[in-house]
Amino acid sequence: MQNRVISRQDLAGFVDDLIKTKSAGDVIGIKAQGNKFNFGPLKSATELRLDYDISLLPPKKYFFPQQETVLKYEVEPAFKVEPVVEERMLCIIGVHPFDIRALQLFDAVYGGNNPDPNYFLKRNNATIIGVDCLNPIPKSFAASMGTNTVEEGFDLMLTDLGGDWFVTVGSNRGDSMMKKYGKGREATNVDLEKRNKVRRDAAKKYKTSLKMKPDEIPALLDANWESPVFKERSATCFSCGSCVMVCPTCVCFDVQDDPALNLKGGERYRRWDACMLPGFAAVASGENFREHKEQRFRHRMYRKGKYLLERYKYLGCVGCGRCGTSCLADIALPADTYNLLKEGK
Amino acid sequence: MVMQLTAKQSIFLPRIAQIVRVDSLSDREKVFEFVFDDGKELGHKPGQFVEVSIFGVGEAPISVTSSPTHKGSFELAVRAAGSLTNHLHTLGKGAKVGIRGPFGNGFPLDTLKGQDLLFVAGGIGLFPLRSLINYVMDTRQDFGEVTTLFGCRSPQERIFLDQLDTWNSSKDMCFLETVDRVPDDSWKGNVGVITTLFPKINIDPKKTYAIVVGPPVMYRFVIAECLKKGLAEDHIIMSLERRMKCGVGKCGHCQINGVYCCQEGPVFTYAQVKSLKEAV
Ligand SMILES: Cc1cc2nc3c(=O)[nH]c(=O)nc-3n(C[C@H](O)[C@H](O)[C@H](O)COP(=O)(O)OP(=O)(O)OC[C@H]3O[C@@H](n4cnc5c(N)ncnc54)[C@H](O)[C@@H]3O)c2cc1C
Ligand code: SF4
Ligand code: SF4
Ligand code: FES
Repeated sequence: MQNRVISRQDLAGFVDDLIKTKSAGDVIGIKAQGNKFNFGPLKSATELRLDYDISLLPPKKYFFPQQETVLKYEVEPAFKVEPVVEERMLCIIGVHPFDIRALQLFDAVYGGNNPDPNYFLKRNNATIIGVDCLNPIPKSFAASMGTNTVEEGFDLMLTDLGGDWFVTVGSNRGDSMMKKYGKGREATNVDLEKRNKVRRDAAKKYKTSLKMKPDEIPALLDANWESPVFKERSATCFSCGSCVMVCPTCVCFDVQDDPALNLKGGERYRRWDACMLPGFAAVASGENFREHKEQRFRHRMYRKGKYLLERYKYLGCVGCGRCGTSCLADIALPADTYNLLKEGK
Repeated sequence: MVMQLTAKQSIFLPRIAQIVRVDSLSDREKVFEFVFDDGKELGHKPGQFVEVSIFGVGEAPISVTSSPTHKGSFELAVRAAGSLTNHLHTLGKGAKVGIRGPFGNGFPLDTLKGQDLLFVAGGIGLFPLRSLINYVMDTRQDFGEVTTLFGCRSPQERIFLDQLDTWNSSKDMCFLETVDRVPDDSWKGNVGVITTLFPKINIDPKKTYAIVVGPPVMYRFVIAECLKKGLAEDHIIMSLERRMKCGVGKCGHCQINGVYCCQEGPVFTYAQVKSLKEAV
């Protein structure tokens, strides 16, 4: 696999080629949405905003949609139940390294003992073209999480060298895509050093940081179950679930039925659910195992900083900053809570 | 990462089963017997559960109450608690439902073999425990002394009355039951919470495993009694209830701290539960 350097124009040509030929499936890219950014179907390379700061929703929505039909059933005239598994071939352009890291956690969760076809029939065929994040949002602390760059989990990774683009090739698929396109030139060590400098400079732009090494978080949490920080910080929580809905690593869902109007059939769907909502852990006998908002707040902090790591080898937070940005009470950012615990407050 | 999967492997796809018998157990509880359309067995272990689907209503986790020693069909005992369970109660013989599973770890049969057993069931905690008790009674030579304690709130809430009678008159089991309170004097048995039965039993703590299933409040008191009897923490086994939407370790609803109750549970030893916060 050979890294390459290509001009802005050639990169645009590469993207337009993908759109026209659909050789890697439907092309999704990062685009402007009002004065913010979001992933959506790409009609032309000119729509691409690789200079973006953060996408409103993480790209997980293409593999784990907000709402997804999983079964179709008929009860009349005959009793019939069929799985619904949408298979898609997608090429997603402009995924930030921390969002790639989040997808690796998703792969671990949705794989394992009971792999989920609804996830993998979309994920397996996906081409991921990443882009290094050079304009982090104020709440992002990816640099201190070590997720501002990634070495794997992508087919191609783009880095803006100012004039040209550095293309890090991360897979055989990415390699053959570049070779087939043919434009640009092989990257030299000088180019590689330029790329690394761009990355180092970008790392300095992060305004929020975790004041410890990420692997210290589990022990910090272990020592702080009773800490007043959870109650104090969650006092203003609206239990709205926004922090969960925007998070690239939140994997949980609810399952509901949607009967057709004639009641002779219908669909079963799953949709994103949030452990910050009051009923998430309520059972029919009347117990609610996380009835109070401080319990839910604490659970989320442990889930992000400890439980997922112990279960799947990936931390449940990649430091993207979305939760902190979307939280009206400004309490959701895990780094803020971990830093407070570390300071012993 | 590429994993060869097909739609047929959907984690949401149930097998279709038909209700072949419904018996009322009390005002709020019924037991349903099911046979799969494809004629196959459920293949469960005592303590495992299934996700029952009524299409148009949803799914709910329900323990299998019959013993795997009973072949050809399986039973679910269900309290009408909400939308799915109430709807199930309106269904009769011939109705079809979806079944996913069996899920969960079930009771640790290998550990229990050859040991003395103390079953403690509170109310509908008897539903999951009945599967194990009947399994033990059907393979009685594999186990030591068996003691069963059953408690419910009032005589009206007693369930599986025939079964209770059989156990009561069995020479293979010491059976004691109690009710919390009585409305009149028609009840001649013990009155008092389930812990009041503990002084009446004689167990060898070295050889005994307690298997306790009931509502969360019961656990706190019963575990204290078991410890007082000298049982080790890993000789106390319990089954926990959580909200469960998938049964396969994905939806996240059943988390107890970092533990997924549908995967590592629902059966845990007290030694395990003790190290978890928010467990009972
Ligand atoms: C492993 C396991 C084994 C079980 N075994 C049995 C068994 O053998 N027999 C049996 O009868 N039951 C059993 N249960 C309990 C059973 O699963 C519940 O009674 C059932 O899920 C209720 O479903 P429903 O659709 O009828 O109720 P729902 O309509 O889902 O809910 C009814 C009640 O649940 C609570 N609730 C639901 N959703 C929310 C929400 N969003 N916010 C707040 N509260 C909410 C409320 O209290 C509500 O009134 C078991 C549960 C588990 C986890
Ligand atoms: S932490 Fe903030 S975003 Fe999350 S539920 Fe509470 S108020 Fe909503
Ligand atoms: S918890 Fe917040 S900062 Fe961490 S990955 Fe989720 S949205 Fe991003
Ligand atoms: S029930 Fe869905 S993860 Fe356990």
